[in-house]
Amino acid sequence: MATGSAQLDATTTPPRLRVAGDWTLAHYGTLERAVDALKSRLDSHTPIDLSGLGTLDTAGAALLAGLLGARRLSDLASDDPTLPAAQRALLQTVGKAMAGYVEPKAKRRHNTATELLARIGAAMENVWHQQVRLLGFVGLTLESLFRTILHPRRWRVTSLVSHVEQTGLDAVPIVALLTFMVGAVVAFLGSTVLADFGATIYTVDLVAFSFLREFAVLLTAILMAGRTASAFTAQIGSMKANEEIDAIRALGLDPMELLVLPRVLAMLASLPMLTFLAMIAGLVGGGLVCAMVLDIPPVMFVNLVKSDIGVRHFLVGMAKAPIFAFLIAVIGCLEGFKVTGSAESVGEHTTSSVVQSIFVVILLDAVAALFYMEMGW
Amino acid sequence: MNAVAKPHPVDNVIEVRDLVNRFGTQTVHEHLDLDVRRGEILGVVGGSGTGKSVLLRSIVGLRRPTSGQVRVFGQDLQDLPPEQRSRVERRFGVLFQNGALFSSLNIVENVAMPLIEHAGLQRPDAQQLGGVKLALAGLPAGAETKYPSELSGGMVKRAALARALALDPEILFLDEPTAGLDPISAAAFDQLILTLRDALGLTVFLVTHDLDTLYTICDRVAVLSQKKVLVVGPLDEVAQCPDPWVQAYFHGPRGRAAEEAHERAPFTEVK
Ligand SMILES: Nc1ncnc2c1ncn2[C@@H]1O[C@H](COP(=O)(O)OP(=O)(O)OP(=O)(O)O)[C@@H](O)[C@H]1O
Ligand SMILES: [Mg+2]
Repeated sequence: MATGSAQLDATTTPPRLRVAGDWTLAHYGTLERAVDALKSRLDSHTPIDLSGLGTLDTAGAALLAGLLGARRLSDLASDDPTLPAAQRALLQTVGKAMAGYVEPKAKRRHNTATELLARIGAAMENVWHQQVRLLGFVGLTLESLFRTILHPRRWRVTSLVSHVEQTGLDAVPIVALLTFMVGAVVAFLGSTVLADFGATIYTVDLVAFSFLREFAVLLTAILMAGRTASAFTAQIGSMKANEEIDAIRALGLDPMELLVLPRVLAMLASLPMLTFLAMIAGLVGGGLVCAMVLDIPPVMFVNLVKSDIGVRHFLVGMAKAPIFAFLIAVIGCLEGFKVTGSAESVGEHTTSSVVQSIFVVILLDAVAALFYMEMGW
Repeated sequence: MNAVAKPHPVDNVIEVRDLVNRFGTQTVHEHLDLDVRRGEILGVVGGSGTGKSVLLRSIVGLRRPTSGQVRVFGQDLQDLPPEQRSRVERRFGVLFQNGALFSSLNIVENVAMPLIEHAGLQRPDAQQLGGVKLALAGLPAGAETKYPSELSGGMVKRAALARALALDPEILFLDEPTAGLDPISAAAFDQLILTLRDALGLTVFLVTHDLDTLYTICDRVAVLSQKKVLVVGPLDEVAQCPDPWVQAYFHGPRGRAAEEAHERAPFTEVK
């Protein structure tokens, strides 16, 4: 197979364009260079000799159309007797297609400084819009929650139970293991630092205090943000991309009621339960380290917790769980609804839902800590 | 590039022998045999759910058959090492029933992707050629920067055809290409396939429910029914098959209308 070529034969007057060899995708690079070199030297009257043309495919035909102009090619294809009919038909088809084809315009470039400013501005505006949307969505969720709560027939019990299983039950092992280990680590740290003051007995208080008030709920919420908010976004997002949400609406059903409420309620049920579990696991982890390293037997550990730590610490910790749960679930669902058609967008919004929910959880936790301190709880 | 055919000793580019496909307890194909000859346009018809798409997936190697053999260019894809398998797969163009466009690329990038990956074109060249392929498939100018989610159903089909044609493949697998197109576009589509077949010597495996397409461009028709290929041959022979489904298909109201239309204006093939 000979590589395709195009040459201007100057021995004849006027000069004649000879097209020869195989014009196929395999030789695209070479052919394109030849076309570029010749393009400016042709005019609309240059005679053309296609008799040496070998194999031709659509890529080759497109290059020829670029060289000769789509119109000229169509004319040529319709009356050049040296070409086989099949190739004429191909040239004509490609010529016709390219006659309507306009090359896309290049985008106008701005300089870097203005682009940077524009991006900062757009990002700020975006943050503001997201907050407004989140607030709106929170309202919408609450509204449909109160609307359906009065109609027990419209409760999606099956869906709710299945989501509780996925978000709550299935997360038990990971939550328990993680908080157990963190409890042990906190006890270790406490015993090391407090040993210098001969106050290792306060390790018990340290573990119990930190787990009941902060760590259990915070760690569980962060885990849920990573595990469940992302799942919510991906589920709802791929439904959105697949027009399933539109189908739900077109069937006269309410996606809030069908998709969002079961998820939010499941989260509201799961997170407090998991938080409670996390408190226990953390205390067990701490207790184990106390027993093994500090010779504080478990019975004494429990007694110390009972006498030193008021029940309000437990309540203060637990009180945060439903709020975190609600926000994590709402952010996960809202990000799902923001997905546009592509798979990439599903990924983007999944990331964003995890980042946002972790951010919100930590921010709220800090605010709550300040509040509790001021209140003296 | 590999799309340029080496002369091959066998005349059948696809040979399916004794194919069995099962999903759990459901048997879709039972001892199915089919040959596709070089350079022909084979129309595959059958009721919904008779396993046309599954057959197509088995042939292109996306589905390992429960048993039996599928040979393409004389080779069984399932037996080939990955490198060689990819080389064979490059000689295919596949249009999936639902388009299967990459949702995070716009459509000209969708078409340009195989050109960049397999034909080694530079990105600007690939995009320009991709634009030509899109125009060839009948997409209006200006549509090339749209994303798949922004397209109409028919435009998805066209963009998917353009991607299937990107490398000028030797075998073109089309799964219901004209479903969702208006009749004028569908006719243009048929004409395009025919032109390309004549100019490039493509072999076309065409799953379709469109009777007009069958009448105008198919050289042979295979009817899938009762888990196997019931009959295969030129259309007028197949239409004589006494099987009730075949009779209803070709001699029902729509079948008759298509036949009459074809007889009134027989398609002038480019010779
Ligand atoms: N991945 C799968 N798992 C289970 N069953 C499947 C799978 N893919 C296909 N099937 C079954 O195989 C059968 C054939 O499906 P196929 O998609 O090939 O039908 P078809 O002939 O292409 O129909 P249509 O004309 O409607 O496209 C159907 O009964 C379908 O349910
Ligand atoms: Mg199908």
